[in-house]
Amino acid sequence: MSLKDLISPFYVWQRAFEKPYTQKHPIQERPGAPRYRGFHVNVLEECVGCGTCETICQNHAIDMVQVEGLEPKPGDSGLRPKFDYGRCCWCALCVDICTTRSLRMSNHYAWITEDPTDFNFIAGADNMSWNGEEYGYRRDDDYHLLRGERVKMEMLAPEEGLKSFEEVMKGYTEEQAKDEADRCVECGLCVATCPAHMSIPDYIKTVREGDYEKGLRILYETNPFSSTCGRICTHRCEEVCPVGHQGEPLAIRWLKRAIVDRVPRERYREILGDEVVENGKQVAIVGAGPGGLSAAYYLRRQGYGVTVFEAQARAGGMLRYGVPSYRLPDNQLDKDIEYIRSLGVEVRFNTCIGREVQFAELIDDYDAVFMAIGLNVPSSLRVKGEDHPRVLSGLQVLDDVASDKNPGVGKNVAVIGGGNVAMDAARVSRRMGANVTVLYRRRIADMPADPEEIHESQAEGCTFVTQAIPVEIKDADNPDQVTIVWGEAEMVADEKGGRPRPVLQEDRMHEETYDCIISAIGQGGSLDFIPGDYRDQIEFKWGKFVPGDYQQTALQKLFVGGDIANNTADAISAIEDGHHAARGIHKFLTGELVA
Amino acid sequence: MIYAKRRKRMSTQEHNAPIDLESGKYVKIWQGPQHPGITGNMALELVLNGDEVVDCKTHVGYLHRGFEKLMERRTFIQNFPIVCRIAVPEPTFNEYLYAAAVEELAGIESPQRAQWLRTLNLELMRLASYLMWLGGIGASFGQATIYQWTVTHRDYVLDLFEEMTGARVYHMYIVPGGVRAGLPEGFEDRARAVLDGVERLLNEIEKVLFKNVVFKARAKGLGIISKEMVDPYGIVGPNARAAGFTRDLRRDEPYLVYDQLDFDVVTGTESDAYARAKVRHQEMREGIRMMRQILEQMPTDGPFQAKMPNVLHWEVPAGETYVKAECTRGEYGYYLVTDGSQYLRRVHVRGPSYTHAIAVMEKLAVGTNIADIAGLMVSLHTYPPEIER
Ligand SMILES: Cc1cc2nc3c(=O)[nH]c(=O)nc-3n(C[C@H](O)[C@H](O)[C@H](O)COP(=O)(O)OP(=O)(O)OC[C@H]3O[C@@H](n4cnc5c(N)ncnc54)[C@H](O)[C@@H]3O)c2cc1C
Ligand code: SF4
Repeated sequence: MSLKDLISPFYVWQRAFEKPYTQKHPIQERPGAPRYRGFHVNVLEECVGCGTCETICQNHAIDMVQVEGLEPKPGDSGLRPKFDYGRCCWCALCVDICTTRSLRMSNHYAWITEDPTDFNFIAGADNMSWNGEEYGYRRDDDYHLLRGERVKMEMLAPEEGLKSFEEVMKGYTEEQAKDEADRCVECGLCVATCPAHMSIPDYIKTVREGDYEKGLRILYETNPFSSTCGRICTHRCEEVCPVGHQGEPLAIRWLKRAIVDRVPRERYREILGDEVVENGKQVAIVGAGPGGLSAAYYLRRQGYGVTVFEAQARAGGMLRYGVPSYRLPDNQLDKDIEYIRSLGVEVRFNTCIGREVQFAELIDDYDAVFMAIGLNVPSSLRVKGEDHPRVLSGLQVLDDVASDKNPGVGKNVAVIGGGNVAMDAARVSRRMGANVTVLYRRRIADMPADPEEIHESQAEGCTFVTQAIPVEIKDADNPDQVTIVWGEAEMVADEKGGRPRPVLQEDRMHEETYDCIISAIGQGGSLDFIPGDYRDQIEFKWGKFVPGDYQQTALQKLFVGGDIANNTADAISAIEDGHHAARGIHKFLTGELVA
Repeated sequence: MIYAKRRKRMSTQEHNAPIDLESGKYVKIWQGPQHPGITGNMALELVLNGDEVVDCKTHVGYLHRGFEKLMERRTFIQNFPIVCRIAVPEPTFNEYLYAAAVEELAGIESPQRAQWLRTLNLELMRLASYLMWLGGIGASFGQATIYQWTVTHRDYVLDLFEEMTGARVYHMYIVPGGVRAGLPEGFEDRARAVLDGVERLLNEIEKVLFKNVVFKARAKGLGIISKEMVDPYGIVGPNARAAGFTRDLRRDEPYLVYDQLDFDVVTGTESDAYARAKVRHQEMREGIRMMRQILEQMPTDGPFQAKMPNVLHWEVPAGETYVKAECTRGEYGYYLVTDGSQYLRRVHVRGPSYTHAIAVMEKLAVGTNIADIAGLMVSLHTYPPEIER
């Protein structure tokens, strides 16, 4: 033992004069670090109630609950996470997985309450002491538990696509489909948004598992046009997919296609079944479009004798005569239709109601009638000279192409319109070698066409002229051509708060000459074949049917659906209308539905 | 009676006579599970002859939370918040080992930057853990002032954790695939300042503790682990290094970025409580040296997370692995078995405390003065929570 060892410990005195580190809480506040995982905060308006936080929390500390006074927007479940601080371990896994990043944490260390029920609270909705204070933990920009990028699908290069009507999108490989399906969070917001309420997370799961037969069975529970919809559906489901907040939404439509592409048509009857127990009742269906055939399928499965009356020579409606084959090849549409017909659905082609068969006959001879006759009368441009022979309708051009006829559009084409029909007419014209100018009254962002369609039209070389209002159509010097006068438009804010209106600028007029003008600004229906005494019993609005519950009309035997009876005018809505009407007809004929 | 049996099992030269508790010669006392001289919740059942311990039986079981079983019921991502709780004072090693094992089985490689950040995180953890321990060793020899100092500085390190990870104790920072964030702005400078402070503290502790006549008198010669004991008893880490074994996984089987760091493996010769304390004291300096290098050399941009599958339905291919790392107490290991599903088939966590706190403690306690039992126990640096999981 040295003397030094005895003295050394007295060194501690030196520290007696140091500033203490201890904080005098609560007199002194020490804010948490910017990343501190304090208490949960949820920005209610940004949250869409997908419930992924609830799914991931390993402590079951989250319940998705209704919030009083919260009006959910479309694509919002209306539910919000309620936390149980008796269970939470403050891992912030919920914050990391939050699809919209609405979930965060405050930077508070401590919170004291004498009421234990306070530990159960809806973040953002309940009045917590830390609301409105500084944020703490938020998911780092470079940290992801979900993948925002969509798996790219192989497609024909635009210059290749223009050479033929070959399908542009090539479909996913098995590997790609699995990879894409892996991104799903299984929230089901898509299910609520899909007009047919397809069991989307369930069939996506079958893609992950590679069980395509099961997938097909799930698809057919709600949609007998899965091959078609896997290609051309308007995919509203994708618009609400919360994964989209992290980049792109799931390619739900392509995943549906991935299932169908992997099951050959020959196996459908074996996988989906072909048993029909006749119930002796007969239903007439008018129109072999997706609406009519969807009803036919579900009715047939329940044992009804189904006869479909179709004015055209082929089935499919607008999917056949409108949608071009580079988007929906004929054999894919056939795949859907053949299986429906194979169950014993009879289709009488070239049989137009009002011509070959009368409306009254249907009402008299059948137990029920479902009508889905679509919209096939092009809307008028309402400008002087529109009956010029070189003004063609988009529907006619597409119909000709689908029927292997040459619509004769010429070398320079102007397409008027901004919807899907306009895009299809434009791209079809490009495929026939024409230079195409698309004239649209408003801006690109206002176009009703699918953004992908707009993008691909542009990629294929269509020129877009927006804020262009047609004023007059007149003869050109060359009798095979036509001249259009159009004026530039300014977008003017709507006083009533509606979308901005285009207003013609009289001093900025243009005159251009084309080989043809394709008018594609919309279409209406034709209901003239319904005799007056029946007509009086049925409700119409804007030239369309107004159906009641289960698509039934006041003329009890008559059920209606599809484009002629809805405002969404797309295939999936027609399919759902058909399915819903089939349920209604079954209820009606079994006495459950008393109209 | 049972003591007679136990006597035989661990018979030593001095104590081979059976202990007759009825003889009036002995006193039996419990140290723990609640006792300031015990590290964590475990108990020593001691038999004394006067103030000399003649028998020691360890009792665990107060802390069993069933983590390994719980983990079989959670998905791979859901396990990272739970593993940190296995060893309360050193969550980070659990986080790292779990992540590393899952990554290995899933075929994921965490990016370089994540590896640097992980190493920094682990070394900060070692420092915080040693600071706590250093206080413990001081306090168990009656020098509570040391404890106050070291806990203060540990808090400065916890401040760094708070900044880096979002939490002071359960960091939940290292996740399968990488880490959850990079370093916040200005972190490097604040970290250097904290390290400088700790270094000054270590100098002071050198004077106040290691040169302290009382500490020397009591810790020297206490709980000597003979060289021959090391392997049969599975002794690792500073406890083995103080006995002269240059064993350190960071050098022997480098993981993360340890092969890019310059550091010495500290050893001792005397293998008593004093030597073990000295080794740890010096290892803290080595740790600071490493962290300074990391702060200097680590990449400041680039990804810190590997491309991951969707964690909500993440299936890890069937397989098994054992991964290990040098924690403050030596080799810490995770054994994972997967069966291709979304869940672990089995996990086994093996920490050094298992042998250090049970077999080694039972042996070393015998012949020790009761007053030094706490110091002996602390000198072995054991964590009951990691024994029981
Ligand atoms: C060019 C174009 C592109 C489109 N692109 C898409 C798209 O990408 N995605 C999408 O979801 N939707 C698209 N649509 C819309 C979609 O095609 C329709 O919403 C859908 O076909 C409507 O189905 P439906 O059964 O109501 O009517 P339709 O498909 O129009 O079928 C009606 C059927 O009834 C027949 N019919 C009519 N009157 C009679 C009668 N008196 N007697 C007997 N038969 C009659 C018609 O010949 C026709 O076959 C597009 C439409 C067009 C025109
Ligand atoms: S912080 Fe962790 S434990 Fe708490 S609610 Fe979120 S996920 Fe659950």
